[in-house]
Amino acid sequence: MSTSEEKERNVAGGEQRTEGSSWRFLVPVIAFFAGFLVFLCIGWGIFPKILYSEKQQPIDFNHQLHVDEMGDCEACHYFREDGSFSGIPKSENCIECHESAMGEHPEEAKLIDQYIEPGKEIPWLSYARQPDCVFFSHAAHVRMAGLDCMTCHGPIGESEHTRPYQYNRLTKYSRDIWGWNIAGIKTNTWDRMKMDDCAECHEENGTNQACFVCHK
Amino acid sequence: MKDAHHKGEGHQEGHGTVYKYGMVINLDKCTGCGACMVACMAENNIPFRKEDTNDRLTQNFWMRVYKISNGGSFPDNDICYLPRPCMHCEGHGHHNRTPCVTVCPAVATDYNHETGIVSQIYTRCFGCRYCMAACPYHVRVFNWWDPKWPEGMEEYLNPDVSPRMRGVVEKCSFCFHRLQRARNKAYSEDRREVHEDEYQTACTQACPAGAITFGDLTNPEHKVYELKKTPNAFRLLEVLGTNPKVYYTSSRAWVRKAADVYVGKEGSGVTHT
Repeated sequence: MSTSEEKERNVAGGEQRTEGSSWRFLVPVIAFFAGFLVFLCIGWGIFPKILYSEKQQPIDFNHQLHVDEMGDCEACHYFREDGSFSGIPKSENCIECHESAMGEHPEEAKLIDQYIEPGKEIPWLSYARQPDCVFFSHAAHVRMAGLDCMTCHGPIGESEHTRPYQYNRLTKYSRDIWGWNIAGIKTNTWDRMKMDDCAECHEENGTNQACFVCHK
Repeated sequence: MKDAHHKGEGHQEGHGTVYKYGMVINLDKCTGCGACMVACMAENNIPFRKEDTNDRLTQNFWMRVYKISNGGSFPDNDICYLPRPCMHCEGHGHHNRTPCVTVCPAVATDYNHETGIVSQIYTRCFGCRYCMAACPYHVRVFNWWDPKWPEGMEEYLNPDVSPRMRGVVEKCSFCFHRLQRARNKAYSEDRREVHEDEYQTACTQACPAGAITFGDLTNPEHKVYELKKTPNAFRLLEVLGTNPKVYYTSSRAWVRKAADVYVGKEGSGVTHT
């Protein structure tokens, strides 16, 4: 009996010894994974928050309502006579309908009180603004190539509220250029607006690849 | 060599019509007034250094007027002013040999086969200046300083031209942004061709003597097509085989001779200021 007890104790002791040594072996492994996890969180969660700053648009604009009323994008985002694109409308375009309040929405009241009556421009923040060295012709893409606005700008016409404008603190470029996915993964054509994305489509369609096609 | 253009007129390749933009400068008409230089600086946001406006080595000119002389004494002395934009060299053969393009390690400059314009991408350039060494025409200039304009003048900058930062090379682009603008208009009118008068460089329009003519060298309807074929037409340093797209015309034989390098007589009687 006693011998068997001793044996069991010895076995238990042996097990304890082996357990202790394997635990010691695991310490650096666990430390590595713990550190890996910490830096993963920093890299994927905290760093993007530090990298991008956020601003709200001056007015919470309802695109869907306006598209329903006006018909299409070109009613407000129109081409000028010389073929250049007007981009974000000036307040003079808004006055055409909103000289006085059309409804009772507080955002419309804000538009009239803060911008239209004092005759000020609305300081819209452009999500799709490219860096200064980039030349982009809306006429070439919309008129000649027949691209949909959606292809690059996404379903913005269906939005009921403006989303916050995020920009890179270092470069001051809009986050839409890099894309909202921090890993740079894109699932839709409008997810990113980097040079690679322009080049990808240009290559597919056999457009001239010379630098001066898109740079200035 | 002068008629080495074998490509057809405005033929289709890929998406757009193929052009070969070039210039013919009549040196008999040029008075050396420098209006082309001023117009170029204003058009292309070229900064100027207030403290040393007379130091031509540190001033960045895309268009530069040289003064050349036949070196003779009175009454045989004669001078000629020679405006010099970028030559937009095409080179010869299939692998074109634009001197600056072949040496650039950053691919910051390329030759566009659809327009014949040599580009310079400032955001890609890292300022090694190989291209400046390679260019036989001293066309390329380096930004030794960050651009600075007198207060309030920033408001007059051309929004179509990106200002350059310190440490990059820049050069004449044949006012490429004007072609982009002209194309915009053409596209909105549902055509691909750009008319001759729709795309003209700033120096061409500024020249009070009408010495500069600009257009598509391959298009018989453009004025440059005939002008480049006149017997007095020549190009600078043709012997190097750079195949430049800027032609000069002069009725004076010594001017035509001064434009090329003659071994043995190199540099004789040619001065520039």
